[in-house]
Amino acid sequence: MSHDEFPVPSSGLQEFPVTERPKVIFDGNEAAASVAHRASEVIAIYPITPSSTMGELADEWSAAGHRNLWGTVPEVVEMQSEAGAAGAVHGALQAGALSTTFTASQGLLLMIPNMYKIAGELTAFCMHVAARTLATHALSIFGDHSDVMACRQTGFALLASGSVQEAHDLAAVAHSATLRARVPFLHFFDGFRTSHELAKIEKLSDDDLRSLLDDQLIADHRRRALTPDHPVLRGSAQNPDVFFQAREAANPWYLACPRIVQDAMDAFAARVGRQYHLFDYVGHPEAERVLVMMGSGAEVAHDAVDWLNARGHKVGLLKVRLYRPFSVEAFIQALPATTRRIAVLDRTKEPGAVGEPLYLDVVTALREAREDGLTQLDPLVIGGRYGLSSKEFTPAMTAGVFDELSQTRPKRHFTVGIVDDVTHLSLDYDRELDIERDDVVRAVFFGLGADGTVGANKNSIKIIGEETDNYAQGYFVYDSKKSGAVTISHLRFGPRPLRSSYLVKQASFVGCHQFTFLEKFDVLDYAAPGAVFLLNSPFSKDKVRDHLPREVQKALIEKRIRFYVIDALAVANATGMKGRINTVMQTCFFAISGVLPREEAIAAIKKGVEKSYGKKGAAVVRKNFEAIDQALANLHEVPLPDQVTSQFALPPIVPDAAPDFVKKVTALMLAGKGDLLPVSAFPVDGTFPTGTTRWEKRNLAAEIPVWDEVLCIQCNKCAMVCPHAAIRAKVYEPAKLLGAPPTFKTTDFRGNDWKGSKFTIQVAAEDCTGCTLCVMVCPAKDKSNPRHKAIDMHPQLPLREAERANYDFFLGLPEADRRKLRLDVKGAQFLQPLFEYSGACSGCGETPYIKLMTQLFGDRALIANATGCTSIYGGNLPTTPYSTDTNGRGPAWANSLFEDNAEFGLGFRLAADKHEQQARELLERLSPGLPAGLVAALIAGDQSTEPGIALQRERVADLKRLLPAIAGAEAASLALLADYLVKKSVWIVGGDGWAYDIGYGGLDHVLALGRKVNVLVVDTEVYSNTGGQASKATPIGASAKFAVAGNTRPKKDLGMLAMSYGNVYVARVAFGAKDAQTVKAFQEAESYPGASLIIAYSQCIAHGYDMAYGVEQQKLAVETGYWPLYRYDPRRAVNGESAFKLDSAPPKGDLAAYMSNETRFRMTENQNPDRYRELVKIARHNIQERFRLYEKLEKGVAIPPPAAVMPAAKRES
Amino acid sequence: MDLHTEYLGLKLDSPLMPGASPLADSLDVVRRLEDAGASAIVMRSLFEEQITREMTGNVYAIETHAESFAEAISYFPTRAEFSLGPDEYLDQLRCISEAVRIPVIGSLNGITVRGWLDYALQIQEAGADALELNVYYLPTDPAEESAAVERRTLDIVRAVKAVLKIPVAVKLSPFFSALPHFTRQLEHAGADGIILFNRFYQPDIDAENLEAEPTLHLSDSSELLLRLRWLAIVAPGVKIPLAISGGVHSGMDAIKSVMAGASAVQVVSALLKRGPEYLRTIRIEMERWMQEHEYDSLRQMLGNMSLAHCPDPNAFSRANYMRILQSWRVDPSSHEGAV
Repeated sequence: MSHDEFPVPSSGLQEFPVTERPKVIFDGNEAAASVAHRASEVIAIYPITPSSTMGELADEWSAAGHRNLWGTVPEVVEMQSEAGAAGAVHGALQAGALSTTFTASQGLLLMIPNMYKIAGELTAFCMHVAARTLATHALSIFGDHSDVMACRQTGFALLASGSVQEAHDLAAVAHSATLRARVPFLHFFDGFRTSHELAKIEKLSDDDLRSLLDDQLIADHRRRALTPDHPVLRGSAQNPDVFFQAREAANPWYLACPRIVQDAMDAFAARVGRQYHLFDYVGHPEAERVLVMMGSGAEVAHDAVDWLNARGHKVGLLKVRLYRPFSVEAFIQALPATTRRIAVLDRTKEPGAVGEPLYLDVVTALREAREDGLTQLDPLVIGGRYGLSSKEFTPAMTAGVFDELSQTRPKRHFTVGIVDDVTHLSLDYDRELDIERDDVVRAVFFGLGADGTVGANKNSIKIIGEETDNYAQGYFVYDSKKSGAVTISHLRFGPRPLRSSYLVKQASFVGCHQFTFLEKFDVLDYAAPGAVFLLNSPFSKDKVRDHLPREVQKALIEKRIRFYVIDALAVANATGMKGRINTVMQTCFFAISGVLPREEAIAAIKKGVEKSYGKKGAAVVRKNFEAIDQALANLHEVPLPDQVTSQFALPPIVPDAAPDFVKKVTALMLAGKGDLLPVSAFPVDGTFPTGTTRWEKRNLAAEIPVWDEVLCIQCNKCAMVCPHAAIRAKVYEPAKLLGAPPTFKTTDFRGNDWKGSKFTIQVAAEDCTGCTLCVMVCPAKDKSNPRHKAIDMHPQLPLREAERANYDFFLGLPEADRRKLRLDVKGAQFLQPLFEYSGACSGCGETPYIKLMTQLFGDRALIANATGCTSIYGGNLPTTPYSTDTNGRGPAWANSLFEDNAEFGLGFRLAADKHEQQARELLERLSPGLPAGLVAALIAGDQSTEPGIALQRERVADLKRLLPAIAGAEAASLALLADYLVKKSVWIVGGDGWAYDIGYGGLDHVLALGRKVNVLVVDTEVYSNTGGQASKATPIGASAKFAVAGNTRPKKDLGMLAMSYGNVYVARVAFGAKDAQTVKAFQEAESYPGASLIIAYSQCIAHGYDMAYGVEQQKLAVETGYWPLYRYDPRRAVNGESAFKLDSAPPKGDLAAYMSNETRFRMTENQNPDRYRELVKIARHNIQERFRLYEKLEKGVAIPPPAAVMPAAKRES
Repeated sequence: MDLHTEYLGLKLDSPLMPGASPLADSLDVVRRLEDAGASAIVMRSLFEEQITREMTGNVYAIETHAESFAEAISYFPTRAEFSLGPDEYLDQLRCISEAVRIPVIGSLNGITVRGWLDYALQIQEAGADALELNVYYLPTDPAEESAAVERRTLDIVRAVKAVLKIPVAVKLSPFFSALPHFTRQLEHAGADGIILFNRFYQPDIDAENLEAEPTLHLSDSSELLLRLRWLAIVAPGVKIPLAISGGVHSGMDAIKSVMAGASAVQVVSALLKRGPEYLRTIRIEMERWMQEHEYDSLRQMLGNMSLAHCPDPNAFSRANYMRILQSWRVDPSSHEGAV
């Protein structure tokens, strides 16, 4: 029998018949991770926006037991940093595992050293990157190619995807190609624009992936593994004699790589049907003008090219897929022979370069190809930048670039999408150009974070994408506030795949889910003529008209808009949805948008609700169903008047009293029109004025605290706990009350310190977020009606006007004299907070500590801030919270990176010390010409107290007055440095992710150095800013991302590690449990001559409970021993006392009582109650043991004897 | 000694069983109870309200902050498979049913008719041999009349009985104004048994801080008397079996309960204090006393001190102060003495 009778399938196509693949709604992250998880065995991860989701999904899939293509559950491990993840992956690869990782931006930079190694060792590997801006003059979480471009030189292949489907497909191509090529792959797609865009895509089956991943090649990868069974050595050190040659030895692999990738693309096409090329040309076959670009922008340009060609143009677009290794041959072959002019668009900036990298490559490739005879083409090539930090890139801009190419002398280098009025590089283009087709439904929704708008829209996309043949796209824009965040959802539905990777401008449906937005944003700017407008309105269809600003009425009439209202909040509350209007608004959208037949849509919404909550709660499902039914009954169309009837216009965004910069720049950003600001509007070096939050009146609170001056016991605890410095205390002379507004409240100050003075607690009604922490902490109850306290919550709206006047008056009252205050809890709250109205979450547990720090030391503080929540609410535009006192002094704040903050802050100290030292030296040299008493006092003046500091400030002022009269450069130098004679307070601030994990190495070193820096760790026990991933501060039993089933490791005892140096001041505090201890710890830390570390319990929304109970939870945490309070002060040991002082009592009550209040623990319990009980038991045991250890420390076991350690290296005066 | 009894149609080896409590939360304790002679296991109450609150609480905690910040689309693992329903309770019920030979009685407190029915059915499906309806309801609305409270309870019993195959007992609070009439109505509504009485968490007042604090203290024998009286009064009026819950701490307490009319005797506090094995001690005490007093079976004494058979029914049916406090001079104008 011959073999011919049994024909062997000649291609994968026959072996695996093409089947109907499921259509799914994925975002780019899920699209890539879906392939990566199935194609990997070991996955090392670390969270960083916007790639975190990939790691989270991989972790959740593994936790849920999802197997990879070869039947095993991939091992997912979270590392302490991206550097760690890269190291772990490198090791796993060396040991023969198929590995992957996910990252972006600074994380990718941290991986670079290992990337060189992985590539140098010719390792089959594919990582996935949600490309993100690198921090330069500012941090940005958004997308561009600056991170990926920083990896060009590593030896990784760089493969670009431009859409969600491509992120899925090319992930598969990359995992396939790397096995044969042995060149490692960095597969990337645009951060946010692709990573976070929801789209309907075709999901690749396991068989699809298996067909692409050659078993033989996997076996080869395994055979290259390091193993003692056939040992080899890798990673030798080489000398000048051989390194160069050995480095060149890999060349053939890079030469072969492009062909291998094309083969993989061809194999993919044969099986799946979508054909990709190294360079994909689209457009007119005889195009003369051609764009070259990669990423999601190319999809936008694709649409524009089609549109232009349909209108008689001859233009084309070359999409770059495989950017490295760059195949000159494939590039040249892909270009139409008619090409006359090329514009290369780069989504990155390389200051000082001849051009951006893709431009340089194109120019070089053309020249080489021509010289080598590969082509006769000699086009003019220009290069431009677009889309930095997810700046919009639209078809209109594409058309603008083609227009530029038509100019006789096009700009050689340009930018597009901004107005550059400084170097005039930007292209002008027709901003009104709209190429979107009529058969695409476009909808825009304005929502508030907490109202569930985005969630509902995601749900709608699923419904339309999965229930109909329509393609669907969703993209969501968030502002940078954590409380009261505004969300704008951009949805598209249409019969063809959607390439429109840009925001919707002309929407056929606009939903405004919060009535107050009408005064803040130009909501109807998004509405196309004849659009449907749905407004959540507390006013009925008959009354709403009178409550619309003139501008809104005008737009409604001019655009002939169909206008509907619903009181969604009323419906939501009546159906037990507690302010969650998402289901109500979603129902209304389907009822009036006409995207789906109404009945069909309602049935689908209900199905969606059941799918989301079925397992988690029938009660929730019932409430949602009720809300859906009630929504329809309460939806009304509003007849429009013929002309504008409204009596009022839109208020200004910021008050007239605001500084120029705020009015000209900040206000535009606040109005959502920052895109319009030209280059000249900005500081050239990222330096911004502080204290701008005060100009943004957010009016977030439905209810605000109201003070009862009779009942108040004047403890100032309310001011102490306020996360937003929106409730303040002042003590002042009675005479200052002159001109007080009629409702301004005042009372006699109680106590002897300021006898005869008046006292006021005042609320910043428009800055309060309504968290109620102040009410919860208020100890003063009405004896006849304990429900009434000295602070109660009352509706804000009726109080707004009066309280605005009251607060303005209050701010005008003189600040307390720092020299005369007793700095306990009460006294400290008379100090002006220099951190106010931040965008932190309502009820934030971190900000009260930061605020306290600025009250105590802000007028002489330098703050080094690790990236994280603290840096976002501390320094995210448009407005920032660090402010100044009446002397113009206040915290100087900067954020370097996530990983280096301790070192960064140490640098502040080194510089301040050096400045001070030089000032002293200069002072001594100049002393003959200065009053002897002044010099001596400046050198030796005691600055350990506020009066001492005040005196020193006066002396410095005297000195500065005298110096101009002294001739010479030294006097001028001293004048510049004199302020450093007043001691500076250096604070190194960050969260647990920084201090426990990524920044620990640096923190450890800085603590060990013993220089006088103060480290404040606001410990939320998870990576809060990136969405609750586990850190080494995460406690046993808590469920967090990357620890889905509940963390099993005990929390790292950071304080103990620091104490082990013996010369570091360490305190563990919780203001809600013992505010006096907190205040004391801050003062001790600052006065300590060496390094200090404060670890501060910070409740967080990632703990999963109503933040109003934050103080209660802090109490429970301390009571149960979960969070013992202590202060370790090496100065005490010098006096023969124990350095360690326990400030909380032995654990009392059940730890489970504390834990069961928080969803993070309950989630673990609900997954597996038995396992949870076991974890609680271990936690209980650990707490007891730890407490016993602390008790021993208190009894005087020194670690190590501090007497043997010098306090600090710094010279003390 | 023959301690056989019949309760909810179940033929039981003795009237002694643990009452609804956390005792049954541990499988180990359940086994020890069986070994100690428990004739049935009663699980703690499943509180619909608690489930609903936890359900919505968790969902709100997870959802409120989600989808509002670009860096953190969510703050919790989104795809974690966890359930917030009564699954854990039902799993435990299944485990207990498999682990012991004696009947297992579920217990349920609901707030909505739908909740009562849903969870009652789930408890039945999970293998319960009977169900206690724990009518734990505090009327706080002055507009709500007592008849309405009774009517609602009866509606629930009818509704549950209409769908359930297993027997249903109703656990009452002492706060019904016409208990004999009401218990008879419960019988007519289909109840298979009645338990007197459930115990409430009682809030204490923290005078220092002006706060009300929920407290829970274990029962003692003094709480027995209230139950003995009402057993004695109610027993002659109904044909369905009665059970006592609250205050039984000794064999003597159990005997008195049976005499007052209890077919089943539920013990909680005594077992929590002394361990599950104490149930056997109570049984031994009962047997010893019965031997000493020449009883052959429990049946002989069942209800022998109820209102129908007690030599001096006035002791139960009249206000006792006439005898107990007869030496006191009561000022006719004062109401205090009459309480």
